[in-house]
Amino acid sequence: MRRLTVDFGPKGENMAQSASVNKHITIGEGGSALAFAALAALSILIAAKAWTPAYAFHAYLFAAASVASIFAIFNRYYARPAGPVPQEIDGKPNYNLGPIQFGTVAAVFWGIAGFTVGLYAALELAFPALNFDFGLINFGRLRPLHTSAVIFAFGGNVLLASSFYVVQRTCHARLAGDIAPWFVILGYNFFIVIAGTGYLLGITQSKEYAEPEWYADLFLTVVWVVYLLIFLATLWKRKEPHIYVANWFYLAFIVTIAMLHLGNNPAVPVSIYSPKSYIVWSGVQDAMVQWWYGHNAVGFFLTAGFLAIMYYFVPKRAERPVYSYRLSIVHFWALIFIYIWAGPHHLHYTALPDWAQTLGMTFSVILWMPSWGGMINGLMTLQGAWDRLRTDPVLRMMVVSVAFYGMSTFEGPLMSIKAVNSLSHYTDWTIGHVHSGALGWVGYISFGAIYCLVPWVFNRSRLYSLKLVNWHFWISTLGIVLYISAMWVSGILQGLMWRAYTSLGFLEYSFIETVEAMHPFYVIRALGGGLFLTGALIMAFNIWKTITSPETEQVAAARPQLVPAE
Amino acid sequence: MSVWAKHAVFEKNSIILLVGILLVVAIGGLVEVAPLFYLKSTIETVQGVRPYTPLELAGRNIYVREGCYNCHSQMVRPLRDEVERYGHYSLAAESMYDHPFQWGSKRTGPDLARVGGKYSDEWQRAHLINPRSVAPASIMPGYPFLASTPLDYEHIQDDMKTNAIVGVPYTAEMIEKAKTDLVAQAAVDDPGQADLVKRYPKALSRDFDGKPGELTEMDALVAYLQVLGTMVDFKTYDDKANIR
Repeated sequence: MRRLTVDFGPKGENMAQSASVNKHITIGEGGSALAFAALAALSILIAAKAWTPAYAFHAYLFAAASVASIFAIFNRYYARPAGPVPQEIDGKPNYNLGPIQFGTVAAVFWGIAGFTVGLYAALELAFPALNFDFGLINFGRLRPLHTSAVIFAFGGNVLLASSFYVVQRTCHARLAGDIAPWFVILGYNFFIVIAGTGYLLGITQSKEYAEPEWYADLFLTVVWVVYLLIFLATLWKRKEPHIYVANWFYLAFIVTIAMLHLGNNPAVPVSIYSPKSYIVWSGVQDAMVQWWYGHNAVGFFLTAGFLAIMYYFVPKRAERPVYSYRLSIVHFWALIFIYIWAGPHHLHYTALPDWAQTLGMTFSVILWMPSWGGMINGLMTLQGAWDRLRTDPVLRMMVVSVAFYGMSTFEGPLMSIKAVNSLSHYTDWTIGHVHSGALGWVGYISFGAIYCLVPWVFNRSRLYSLKLVNWHFWISTLGIVLYISAMWVSGILQGLMWRAYTSLGFLEYSFIETVEAMHPFYVIRALGGGLFLTGALIMAFNIWKTITSPETEQVAAARPQLVPAE
Repeated sequence: MSVWAKHAVFEKNSIILLVGILLVVAIGGLVEVAPLFYLKSTIETVQGVRPYTPLELAGRNIYVREGCYNCHSQMVRPLRDEVERYGHYSLAAESMYDHPFQWGSKRTGPDLARVGGKYSDEWQRAHLINPRSVAPASIMPGYPFLASTPLDYEHIQDDMKTNAIVGVPYTAEMIEKAKTDLVAQAAVDDPGQADLVKRYPKALSRDFDGKPGELTEMDALVAYLQVLGTMVDFKTYDDKANIR
């Protein structure tokens, strides 16, 4: 390891511990720089010999990002004081807020990008001329872009940012790692860029919600392992004897997503110079592994992770303790045990053996109970603070999100019953169900968390405007209602049309007639999506004003000054 | 000491919590996934299912690339209306060489598990180039560029080798002859077609894209669509023998 020493000037002498220490490149800085240098060299080699231009483009992106990382590491080195960042300032933990700031803003950005792509894809289904038929933005390529952008880019950044915040606050300790948190948040967002541009260019392994190809998967694995280590190491630094309940959920989310990612994505690349790989699983086994992954991406990414948000942000905002500690214990273990079994309900009546389908259905119905346990624990936390729903639109948003959680976790078990599923499967009912969970539950709890986080991590006194939060709430609620009711009607209608018989015993409708019948609902759905996007744009404006407006500046004495990491 | 207090062991030790979570979340997957690899009843015993020809494999990769699975399932369920609409319900054996599977989860368009042979090549081409030219109410995107993009099959042997690594029974001969087989299948009266059928029984050879002398992505995709669901002869298939 190269070691550099630089004189430490008087500028940083006020920093505790660090005065007159010789400045060194840390092992983390040097090691990361070397790793990035190696990655840059490898990327340039691959770019030069890549079999397709799209893959070469990705290799160049990797090379550019690696070089930028090396530059950033040294730039940071020259700007920082010699000693390590103090863990505490004036007896208070010196929380690391930089990566959280980035993640929060990135969540808003990706949210709007993902909703926009979703709206456009919805319009393509209503008006197919919008595909323009040149490939790049055809529905088949845009749909994975939408799902990945909202789930992994928007949802993922909310989870990263909120988990970094919650684990620090509930442990009363500064986030572990120096460069590592930045690597996780920037690396994760870089993965998103690779995944998303890949879909548009036709790079996909076609496994739903796991479309990125082998090299993106490998990179994500590294990012995720570092994320797990940061989270664990921060828990180890905690000043509290107990690990707070939100952190159980975050930990289950991080660990299980790692397991699912590794189980669903083992693939053999055609060549290191090719973006294409073939998954080791095939046919029926691949289907089972895929939906074991797919359903638990819902269960652990979109549920456990966001329940962690609920367990921190709802009590915090309502200024009430969590309703029941025992319920949270039962809720936690029951939820994570049962969720894993539910995957086969995506494969009812398929060539998957019946015993697996029956297991999947049974556990999906049982899953209703822990899900509602969580909902009850969230809602009842409001005991004694229900009046705040009238005055605090942020809290209202989070409470409505928990109500949506309850609704879609009732609908899910219902749809997993084989008789119901024979009607609902393959139709828009599934899309409606997903969006009541995604827009209502994940969307609203995320918006609530973002509205809470921005003043906290940007050190502002308050949100710029609660009135705008109110507008966001009502416009997007209207949007959700239009969206999910349109999809319920179109889904059930299409399911019934597919199985309708004439009195003479012939199928009553050709497939194309059922497609025609969907048109009005696709228009209403797009309208609902447009309203939801409008709400998010209002949020983006509000967040931007909160960060920049002089009106929301922190009054000096209001709370102790938090010193950012850098 | 109440039983609830015993939970503190998880709340005070992150590693015990971590191991507990891993154990609890591993069980369901192990029970549901692992038996599928050793229970013989998982995949039916049938005649006729063979690996894709090089041209069909190239077509399948285009199907994957364009994200067709987002709107088309390849899984007919054993329900009266589906069997009447699409044909015999799908067998697990029919996708046993599919890496990855393409069963899909949504039918914005119809199921394609048995689309092979249902429409002429000409219809498929017209439909892919502009779906509304043959189905005015269709909401499918058009894929005119397939007809003008030459098929890139430079690395088709590597694709087949990789498939062989993950378990598809491609022989050394099949891999060696991949390029000639591919060209032969998309041509008219190519002498290599006799060998192709020996290697891949019942493989259909013709000018799928309707452009003699040109080998386009349209050739490959139509060849793939035309083989879908046709490998098993259901006149001789005994579904009672495979009750699971």
